[in-house]
Parts: sequence; structure tokens; C-alpha cells
Amino acid sequence: MIDWSPLWLSLRLAAFTMAILLLLGIPLAWWLAYNRARWKVAVEAVISLPMVLPPSVLGFYLLLAFSPAGGFGRLLDRLFDLRLVFTFPGLVLASVIYSLPFMINPLLAGFRSLPADLHEASRTLGKSDWTTLLRVLLPNMRASLITGAVLSFAHTIGEFGVVMMIGGSIPGKTRVASVAIYDEVQSPHYGQANRYALILLALSFTILLLVYLINHRYSKSKSML
Amino acid sequence: MTEKPIIPANPAPTLIFQATKMLHTASGPQLLDIGFQLKQGSILALYGPSGAGKTTILRILAGLTDAATGYIQIGGTSGDNGKGGRSDQSGKSGQSSANGDIWLDTSRHINLPTRHRSIGFVFQDFALFPHLTVRQQLEFALPKKADRSIVNELLTMMDLEELQHRKPALLSGGQQQRVALARAIARRPRLLLLDEPLSALDDEMRYRLQDFILKAHRFYQLTTILVSHYLPEIFRLSDEVIVLENGQVRKQDTAANIFLEEKISSKFRATGEIIDIQPADIVYIISVLSANTIVKVVATATEAANLHIGQKVVVASKAFNPIILPIG
Repeated sequence: MIDWSPLWLSLRLAAFTMAILLLLGIPLAWWLAYNRARWKVAVEAVISLPMVLPPSVLGFYLLLAFSPAGGFGRLLDRLFDLRLVFTFPGLVLASVIYSLPFMINPLLAGFRSLPADLHEASRTLGKSDWTTLLRVLLPNMRASLITGAVLSFAHTIGEFGVVMMIGGSIPGKTRVASVAIYDEVQSPHYGQANRYALILLALSFTILLLVYLINHRYSKSKSML
Repeated sequence: MTEKPIIPANPAPTLIFQATKMLHTASGPQLLDIGFQLKQGSILALYGPSGAGKTTILRILAGLTDAATGYIQIGGTSGDNGKGGRSDQSGKSGQSSANGDIWLDTSRHINLPTRHRSIGFVFQDFALFPHLTVRQQLEFALPKKADRSIVNELLTMMDLEELQHRKPALLSGGQQQRVALARAIARRPRLLLLDEPLSALDDEMRYRLQDFILKAHRFYQLTTILVSHYLPEIFRLSDEVIVLENGQVRKQDTAANIFLEEKISSKFRATGEIIDIQPADIVYIISVLSANTIVKVVATATEAANLHIGQKVVVASKAFNPIILPIG
């Protein structure tokens, strides 16, 4: 009988991560798209780091940072009684950092593909930057929003190295599907590993299929303009 | 629709504009140094070669482009903020003084953000919001507590009622233009800025849209500044023209005074194409199509020998008579 808790945990982690990334990513991408500060390229580089860095490197530094022995970890522990190592909140925070580029880059591309005068037109109609963002810019980049949300969701489900370093493999708490596959292979329960693997494969394929379908539909409706 | 007479809150307040800015044109850097005044309710056309800074002036007025130094004041006397519901009441309208609202005064570090300037701006390519229907574009433009009846009023006036539930992608260029104009007027701005609004349209459409601009102007009495390099449009729409040259005001007068007298004749040039060459006694009459106007020019037999139908020419007016020269 299959233990569903790793899959359920993966989905929960991905959902939390995606939600936080949407809230964080929209203002950040907006700032990156319209700010003219030269040092913003450094911010862009830092955001994209997780795409090229081995996940174990990121996991290692996060582990050091979150550790109650370190300054940041101790501060969180004392102030909020919050421990990030080997806990679900720790996994969420690590995933947010790890999947950040997968949210930011599509949003950034979305903002940059909007005609500049949409922004200006809204300002000449007396609207604030905030109103312009919510009522003019975001509604015209729905495809980017969906792409960013889906990719960061899928990427979080697919992570392994960071989760392993930060969360370990505590059943029901930090043992997500990708880690469970690794454990089952080690046991060795190949049949069980295969079941998890097949489900993840199907899920990933479905998600990507969805992204391409949506983008295809939007590019079609755009070409009608 | 009944033509409501609109009584201006102020009898004759003016717009005072003064700005300098370095422009980077195709022919190198150029200092824009412009000053002018404008009567409330009038239509001013900015005319000049491309790169003369016409659009930059509109953008400085709108607060979309910063001037190096500048001063913009609107309204002649204080206390006309939205009186009679004429101008929008979306909040701050600038630092009020006895002389009106200051939008820009670089010497006092005043630079009112675009969204606090009571303007309507029609962009060259309309800048309609792709996700909103015609009606929604107009509703979006309304300030929060504004009277919403103006939306229906404008839809009727601009002949957009049938199209009100369509999105911009399904509208023709002329229809988009009317929506852009209606949207700019919907908040009842104190200043309407039109950046070559008709340049993307064919001649017939232009003529119709000039009607719409005039109709809206008569009805709402908006002080309007129009960028155009199209003379028939300027003649039809403007009360006054400013001719810009090399970043400066060369002339401010009525269109008739500027273009029909010989004052600027030595500078007048138009390019066109020869459509007909007819002998008449000892001379030839050359018909040149320039924009949508046919200009007839007299040429000697020697001159005519160098010209043929279909040739691109420039018609230039020297002190007395127009001369015609082949180009290219």
C-alpha cells in the first residue's frame, strides 16, 4: 500500500511556496522592470543564482544560516521560538529562495513586454502606481503570471538537494516525495520508489503541458491584435 | 444630445509654460528652450519639423518627461478647483497660488507627479488598455467620486455606443482614436494634450476625427494643445499655432497669419509627386500632389524639360513665386 504523505507534503510545500512567491515576486519583478538603478543587475544575478548553483551548495549555506548555533537561527529561536532546520517552515523558506528565479524571470519578461505607454496612459488618467499595477499591468500579463506560478510550483515539487540538506527525511514533516523515492531506493523498495516516481513524472508532465497550452492560447489571442 | 452651455469657472485664466531641456536628436544635441502662454479654452497647435521638440513639450506638460528648468502654471485665479464640476476632483491639483496652480517650478523644486496633474493625454498610438472594453476604458478614467453620466455622454458624442462592449483589438484605427480621445476627456481635465492624434489614419478618417475633436472641444471647452505637422488639420482645429524651429518658438500666431502670409515664405517647403504637366501658352503648369493637396506651379519650358510625371519634387516658396526642384 502506498504511503501518500510524502506526495501530500510535496503538494503542500509547493502550494505554500508558490503563494509566497506570488506575493513577493510581483513587487520585486515590478521594481526590477521599472527601476533604473545600475546596481539592480546585481540583484538580478543574485535572484538567478539558484538556477546555476548546485542545490547542495544552497542547502549547505541555508543550513548554516538556519542553524540554532548560528546568529540568524538563534535570533529566530529566541524571538519567535521558530526553528527552521528539519522543519516544514524551514523547507518553505528554502524553497522560496530556491524557486525565486522561476517566478521572477517570467514576470520580468511579462512586465518588459508590455508597451511603455500603458503605464504612462494610466498615470495621465490620474492613477497611482499601485492602481496601475493591479488594474492595468497585471491583467495584461496573465500568461506570465500563470507561467511564473506554475513553474515555481513544479520546480518546488522537483527539488531534492535543498530539501535534503535543510529538511532531512522526517516522515510526515519533511519527507517530501522526491526524498521518499531516494529512501525507497536505498531500502531497497524499487516498486515503491517506482510508484512515487511515476506519479511525479505524470504530475510534472501535466503541469508543463498546462503551461504550454496556456501560453499557446494567449499568444494566439495576442496575434489577433 | 442637448448642447449644455458650459460656463467656465474662470473667465480667462491662462496656461503659462516655460521649459528648457537638452534634446538628443538625430542631428545631434539641441537645446529646447520654449516659453508660451495660452488662453483657457483655446486650441493651440505645435508645428515644426520632427525632432523640434513638439512631443517633448507635451510630455513635460504631462510630467512624463523632466525638464532641466521649467515653470508650468495653470489657471489664472485661485479657487477654481473643480468648481462647477468642470475639472476633475481626484485630489491634489498642484500648489495653489493667487495666480493659479503650479505644476512645475524647478526654481522652487516643485514638480507635481503626472497623476496629480489634471490632464488628458492622447498618445500617438492611442495606448488603449487591451484588456478593457471601450466602456471600461472610459470608466477607468473617471476619478473616484466623479459623475458617471459622462461615460454615456461621451459614448454618444464619439459615436461609440454600438462598440462599447468591444475590446480595442476589434476596433479600427479611427475607432481606437475616438476611444482614446473619449478616455482622455472622461475625467474632465483642465488641459487636453493630443500627440499627433491623427497621424496613423488615412485622409478621410482624419477629416471625420477632426469633427469629433471639434465637437468635444465645443462641448467641454477644454484647453487643448495639439502636436501636428499637417497643415489642413492645423487650419481646421487650432486657434493659435506655435512654430518650433531649432528648439525655439519661431512664431506664435493664428494659422492664417502664419501660413498664408509671406512672412515665413522663404522657409516654406513641401515635397510631393508630379501628377501632371500641361503646356499653357509659353509656360507649363506642373501639378504636384503634396499630402492630399494638389499644388499647381508654373514652370518654364527649360524647367519642364527636366521634370516628368511621377517624379518626386520639392516645392519651395522664395520671396515671390514658388519654385519647383527635382529631388533624389
